[in-house]
Amino acid sequence: MLGTYFTFPELLLWIPLIAGIVAFFIKNEKAVKAWSLIASLIILAVSVVGLCYSDSSKYLSYNQVSYYWLKYLGNSFHLGLDGTGHLLSFLTALAYPLIFLYSYNRKWQNANNYFGLMLLTQAGIMGVFSAMDALLFYFFWELALIPAYFLCSIWGGKQKIATTFKFFVYTFTGSLLMLTGIIYIYLHTGPRIFEDTTQAAHNFGMLAFQHANLSGAEQGWLFWLFFAAFAVKIPVWPLHTWQPDTYDQTETSVVMVLSGLMVKMGLFGVMRWMLPVVPEGVSQYGNVAIILAVIGIIYASCVAMVQDNLKKLVAYSSIAHLGLMTAALFSQTELGVQGVIVQMFNHGVNVIGFWIVVDILIKKSGVKYISELGGVAIKAPALTIMMIIIGLANIGLPLTNGFVGEFLMYGGLFQYNYVFAAISILAIILSAVYVLGMIRKVFYGNVSEAASKMTDLTTYEKIALGVVVIIIFITGVYPQPIIELTKNATALLVK
Amino acid sequence: MNAIVLTAFWGVVMMFAGAFLKSKSLPKYLAIAGIIIVFLANAIELKTQTSFFNIDLHNMIRTDSFNLTFIAVAVAATFLLFILNGKDFENIGIHVSEYFALIFFILCGVALSATFNTLLLMFLGIEIISIPLYILSGSEKKNLKSNEAALKYLLMGAFSTGIMLMGIAFIYGANENGSFFISNINLGAQPISPMFVVGLVFLLVSMSFKVSAAPFHFWAPDVYDGAPMVVTSFMATVVKVAAFIAFIRLFDNAFGKIHTQWQNLIVVITIATLLIGNITAVFQQSVKRMLAYSSIAQAGFMMLALLSLNDKGKEGIIIYSAAYSLATIGLFAVLVKMKDYTIDGFNGMAKKYPAIAVSAAIFLFSLTGIPLTIGFQAKFMMLLSVIEAGGYFWVVIIAVLFAAVSAFYYFRIIQAMFFKPALPDENSLAAGKSFKIIIVITAILIILLGVYPELLVGWIYS
Repeated sequence: MLGTYFTFPELLLWIPLIAGIVAFFIKNEKAVKAWSLIASLIILAVSVVGLCYSDSSKYLSYNQVSYYWLKYLGNSFHLGLDGTGHLLSFLTALAYPLIFLYSYNRKWQNANNYFGLMLLTQAGIMGVFSAMDALLFYFFWELALIPAYFLCSIWGGKQKIATTFKFFVYTFTGSLLMLTGIIYIYLHTGPRIFEDTTQAAHNFGMLAFQHANLSGAEQGWLFWLFFAAFAVKIPVWPLHTWQPDTYDQTETSVVMVLSGLMVKMGLFGVMRWMLPVVPEGVSQYGNVAIILAVIGIIYASCVAMVQDNLKKLVAYSSIAHLGLMTAALFSQTELGVQGVIVQMFNHGVNVIGFWIVVDILIKKSGVKYISELGGVAIKAPALTIMMIIIGLANIGLPLTNGFVGEFLMYGGLFQYNYVFAAISILAIILSAVYVLGMIRKVFYGNVSEAASKMTDLTTYEKIALGVVVIIIFITGVYPQPIIELTKNATALLVK
Repeated sequence: MNAIVLTAFWGVVMMFAGAFLKSKSLPKYLAIAGIIIVFLANAIELKTQTSFFNIDLHNMIRTDSFNLTFIAVAVAATFLLFILNGKDFENIGIHVSEYFALIFFILCGVALSATFNTLLLMFLGIEIISIPLYILSGSEKKNLKSNEAALKYLLMGAFSTGIMLMGIAFIYGANENGSFFISNINLGAQPISPMFVVGLVFLLVSMSFKVSAAPFHFWAPDVYDGAPMVVTSFMATVVKVAAFIAFIRLFDNAFGKIHTQWQNLIVVITIATLLIGNITAVFQQSVKRMLAYSSIAQAGFMMLALLSLNDKGKEGIIIYSAAYSLATIGLFAVLVKMKDYTIDGFNGMAKKYPAIAVSAAIFLFSLTGIPLTIGFQAKFMMLLSVIEAGGYFWVVIIAVLFAAVSAFYYFRIIQAMFFKPALPDENSLAAGKSFKIIIVITAILIILLGVYPELLVGWIYS
């Protein structure tokens, strides 16, 4: 049955889409919460089963599917999950139950809209990770943004409408530039002949894009058109300015989707639609991208050190981590790329854990400034332990998952250019400074007025953070399954 | 051919109906019946390639599937306007059936300007469109702004008509074949004679005026703002895209051979139109005026079809016509039902009228060019056509940057509807159940065409 009638990428796309649309019409808050949680657990289950069918011998029958769509343009509705796609769709499937679970007791205004939009975002992200046609990829790339735009604008702080619009305009401009690049490459592909012998003049397929007839100079400027879209999403310095504001103003559970999953769309885009498609462009300008990324690492780490706002601290820390991943990815060394793939998953898990802790702190104490907090450990010891583990994983301590990815990435960067590696390795020291500094100020010392309102973790929060911590240790000690899963994917990306 | 005859005939019917029908609401139904007849007759002609009327026109009219598909789009857009806002025509004044009659005459002009084969019929088509519009834009007699709009439109329109006529005369004089047929224009030896160049530039200027492309756009905001809302809705959509079809058909058939020589003029006009339309729209408070500037901005995108002048561009202009007309008529229809025309008037609409708010959001997405809407397909085809034509990639980059700017003003309405609390004073929509259903169907149609543009594109190649 499986593989004959439906495949994993389809299931991962349609279940959240349909569940999301249904959620809009469930007016009862309790019911819609339960519905969404169950739907997200089913998606997780599908994704876990999908991991068991992930080896390349089963690829054709279980992990890819193609329908005719916009045939006259040479496009099709072609979904496929390779190793990286499996890993990231699993991360997406894993994140949602965690997000829904930890906030299960919370009261939502217009709960049906919130959960509906969240699930639609999930469908969009799944689509991005599985699209095998460039036009289809662009569709999902934009469609994931629309529900996220509504989520960020409806739930959040006072400035949310303005900051979210900034986020939207940045992303939309980048996407449109990428669209012109996609069209240009499309017009340089050969004709596409479909199975029913109809023919289109050009081809949107991924393989056709990789073999498009492009000169070195063309690839040079196409590089920048694609980089504009992905750099905004990742975000790479100096296009990061939307991020701290948006993360600060947006409801934290939505920020988890943005920073845990949607930024990975940018890196994934580089992997699938940039490195193999415009290789000569990358070899011309990859250096510039790495320099920007390294500047971003140092800049964001320094800003994070002096940050008093908890949410912005996590935002800047995230920029620094993503900068390192970008640099390692553009180094195109086997170690570096492998590290990026591993780290994409690990950073997703860690940062969601980090945000859960921050959100619990802010919601229970009522303040988001580090200077107004202190001594939380006395009030909430379990929360403190969780935070310390997640914080150490964020720094990249051995035996936590953060170490595995960072070790590989620095290895790759050293092979590429030791100056860049030496500068960016400062990020580890700086991240230790700001993470440990934050933990010291927030969790230890005298109990502040705001902190005295704290209570410890509830059951739902314990489960969510427990899962995060377990994953941190498992992938930290035994990352081999992730590397096995994605080792084929690196072949195309390495120079 | 069917459409030309039937629209003219039904215009006369509507005028007589005005004399004999005492009821104020009956003309609306008569007009809707007429538009359905016209649409079906046109569809039959499109499918069978034969007309009901066998008149020897000495080849002065050409009805290929591209032209007929465009007429179908224009008639369908008018139909949508009638069923959404038919009742609102009754609020303009007492001569309800005359308003409908004039619109039918305009449609006759639209059909002519989509099918002309000679310069004279083109002139006739454009004028048949313009003259009833002068009347319609001033039809709200007691409204000072409406009077201003009519006078302004008449003066500027007459001026541009004069230039157009002069251009036609020059072209005729320079044409060694001595013919008005657009496909029979002999450019003579290179370089082209100065007389021909003057004629071409005059035609370019007057057509740019008709499509409200910068720097000939100055009439548009005031006229669109002053005219009664339903007339604006018609004028900014059906009339504008009809002028575009005439523009493209003329310059493609008559001057396509020397495309490279006037391409740079089009580039200048395109960029100026995009710049002025988009930047000015950002600063508008009145949604009606904002839509006027947005229509200029969209004209800038449609100009890209003239820049590329290939099959993709022509296909694109049909899709663009449909996309732009559907979304703009839908938005105007909502606006007509509101009391407050400023952006604040939309505040909190999602709470009170969720169906209308979601539909309006889809219209705005389509105008912005978000995927899965027909608006995306339209913009996509335009970009594709220019990139395929080659050489003007930088214009494409400018165009997409302005498309991003357009998000600024379209999304302000979305922000008002969904994220802002309703104003304390009740801004209720005078919308019935059937209106809501039609608006939702329009929104669904936009998505459907966005997912399956073949539904529309297929007609062109039938």
